[in-house]
Amino acid sequence: MSVSKRVLKGGRVVDPVNGRDGIFDVLIDGDRIARVGRDLPVDDGVLVTEIPSGLVVCPGLIDMHVHLREPGQEHKETVATGTAAAVAGGFTAVACMPNTVPVNDNAGVTEFILKKAAAANLARVYPIGAVSRGQLGEQLADIAELKQAGCVAITDDGKPVATAMLMRRALEYARMFDMPIIEHCEEQTLKGDGVAHEGFHASALGLRGIPGQAESIMASRDIALAELTGGIVHIAHMSARQTLDAVRFGKSRGARVTCEVTPHHFILTDEMLGAPVPYDTNVKMNPPLREAVDRDAMLAGLADGSVDVIATDHAPHHYDEKRVEFDRAPFGITGLETAVSLCFDRLVHAGIVNLARLIELLSVNPARILRVSGGSLSDGAPADISILAPDLRVTVSAATMRSRSRNTPFDGWALRGGVAATIVGGRMVYVNDNGGVHEPA
Amino acid sequence: MKKDLLGIGDLTRDEIYLVLETAEAMREIGQRPIKKVPTLRGKTIVNLFYEPSTRTRTSFEIAEKRLSADTLNVPVAASSVLKGETLADTALNIEAMAPDMIVLRHASSGAGHLLSRICRSRIINAGDGMHEHPTQALLDAFTIREHKGRVDGLKIAIVGDLLHSRVLRSNVLLLSTLGADVWACGPGTLVPPGLERFGVHVSTSVDDAVGDADVIMMLRIQQERMDGAFVPSLREYFNTFGMTAGRVARAKPDVIIMHPGPMNRGVEIASDVADGPYSVILEQVANGVAVRMAVLYLLAGEAEAD
Repeated sequence: MSVSKRVLKGGRVVDPVNGRDGIFDVLIDGDRIARVGRDLPVDDGVLVTEIPSGLVVCPGLIDMHVHLREPGQEHKETVATGTAAAVAGGFTAVACMPNTVPVNDNAGVTEFILKKAAAANLARVYPIGAVSRGQLGEQLADIAELKQAGCVAITDDGKPVATAMLMRRALEYARMFDMPIIEHCEEQTLKGDGVAHEGFHASALGLRGIPGQAESIMASRDIALAELTGGIVHIAHMSARQTLDAVRFGKSRGARVTCEVTPHHFILTDEMLGAPVPYDTNVKMNPPLREAVDRDAMLAGLADGSVDVIATDHAPHHYDEKRVEFDRAPFGITGLETAVSLCFDRLVHAGIVNLARLIELLSVNPARILRVSGGSLSDGAPADISILAPDLRVTVSAATMRSRSRNTPFDGWALRGGVAATIVGGRMVYVNDNGGVHEPA
Repeated sequence: MKKDLLGIGDLTRDEIYLVLETAEAMREIGQRPIKKVPTLRGKTIVNLFYEPSTRTRTSFEIAEKRLSADTLNVPVAASSVLKGETLADTALNIEAMAPDMIVLRHASSGAGHLLSRICRSRIINAGDGMHEHPTQALLDAFTIREHKGRVDGLKIAIVGDLLHSRVLRSNVLLLSTLGADVWACGPGTLVPPGLERFGVHVSTSVDDAVGDADVIMMLRIQQERMDGAFVPSLREYFNTFGMTAGRVARAKPDVIIMHPGPMNRGVEIASDVADGPYSVILEQVANGVAVRMAVLYLLAGEAEAD
């Protein structure tokens, strides 16, 4: 339905940037937010969307770590299916990783992704370019060109920037464009051919281990180089308590470092390698699920502000690829359609973080770190709005997800909290039939 | 018993004793002039070996034949893998021909668990990666009981490459369940993290591990670990961890020396120890047939009861 003006009436607006948390109306004019206020008068021709009490209206959620797989691996996901999954998961924007085939290391690939995103016309898509040509870790990609084509950050995700010297140059170079480098931290020789967190459970199952220090050593290198260069580094999908310590230490010295954690790393542990389903390839991801003490450290970091962002590392894989021996399966799980429910259930209702802090983690901070619009419901801002249902009872169902892939360890989980509707650029792009929000006929 | 034997954890303590006692009866069959009973007549057993194996495959095959099963060896390495077929598809194709059991040897830990989830046939793990080799541990316990009359209370030293050994994992689980005092000993680079949580003593001193031991079980160390990554050299490994007559002398006078094979003479074990009076290495091989007959018989019996 195409409307020029719409008012969201009666919801609990949580907008940390503007210090709002209360019952407000949100007036949308075209693709922008016109006004937020109490009991706004409704002129003729304004579409009224009643928001039942109990629902939360907040700045659109941004998942800054997503693999959309297109171009090249369309059997796993496409820009269209990935953004459909995003909006169903309450995300109005995603940032997509460059490890496609071919790699997003040039304007041609960036423009292709943006063209696909425009055609899908669901969530906003912010491409992330490669640090190095072909992600080979040898020479820098054409970073200025990537920036100009629309990339918001650079990364060699899937692996770290290969050498300290290349990372140094990349930080110095990207700093000219105020672009963060998103770093997949993993000291490659220490990782070796590991497939699971090094510890009792991997030992018991005969799986090669990856210690937490493989991550923290690389994070320490990158934080040191950020200090050396004044460059900006964002530590992706942090999993180990030692990495969080390194980030805290870097922040305390004024390094330009931020970090993200995924729902699976603040909920699950390596105990899942053996139970309930032994060798379940849907608990194989990189970095691996770590020990309870690491998981608890991530929760503490979320609570105390050391962690900046929750991102999903949405990594779709075809079931053929996952239905193999554990050590031969690809790393990664989907995340877009489970994140909000997991965050409500395990963080907000568990008393770890409050709602305003959750929205900082899922919206305000990703927008700030990527230097993109969003993160607030300010007058004149793009009308990217998530409508969340904190008390909605949700049973995760992999079979009905919009993602092209079904590789989630959360299938069947009963959770409290979900998504009611998603608005991108003033358009209602997703409505959950059970969420309580209804489009007028 | 459970549907499959994927690891020692699939057996209760009573079931372990049942296997060991059944194996006693099975051994007697192997001593007859006509070494065959009709117990598994009409049962089809597929030996699906993704890794080369002489001892284990032969042992299973002889056990199956002595029980009159129709047995089939699938040389996978030569066929499907080269054509790119997945383990799951190969298993489903074999499953379509309705075998009763599949004996699986595979380089990936947990390969048997994958088959277990998709096959109705009973799966017997004949060694999966670095995970488990349950029938080896059962035959080891059988051999220990034969010599010592018990497992409970014995000091058992397992020495060698602990990290990569499926024999270690199965033995640690089985021998601790039966009440042994298990010592695991190897170079610091080859000790799996968290091993002590299995309730075993972990030591890097051979002298401590074998001191007053009732049983010394040597583990194979593969040549490719000797490239300096885990161990500096073959010579240094033998000098530091090799089982020599001098080290054996620290154990109890009636110690037995075991090895799951294949042995590297002069690497983990001196030839005079391997061939010496304490060695029961060939008895282990002989007992392997009886123990595997017991496992096949008991799992098939469960199938009858289904």
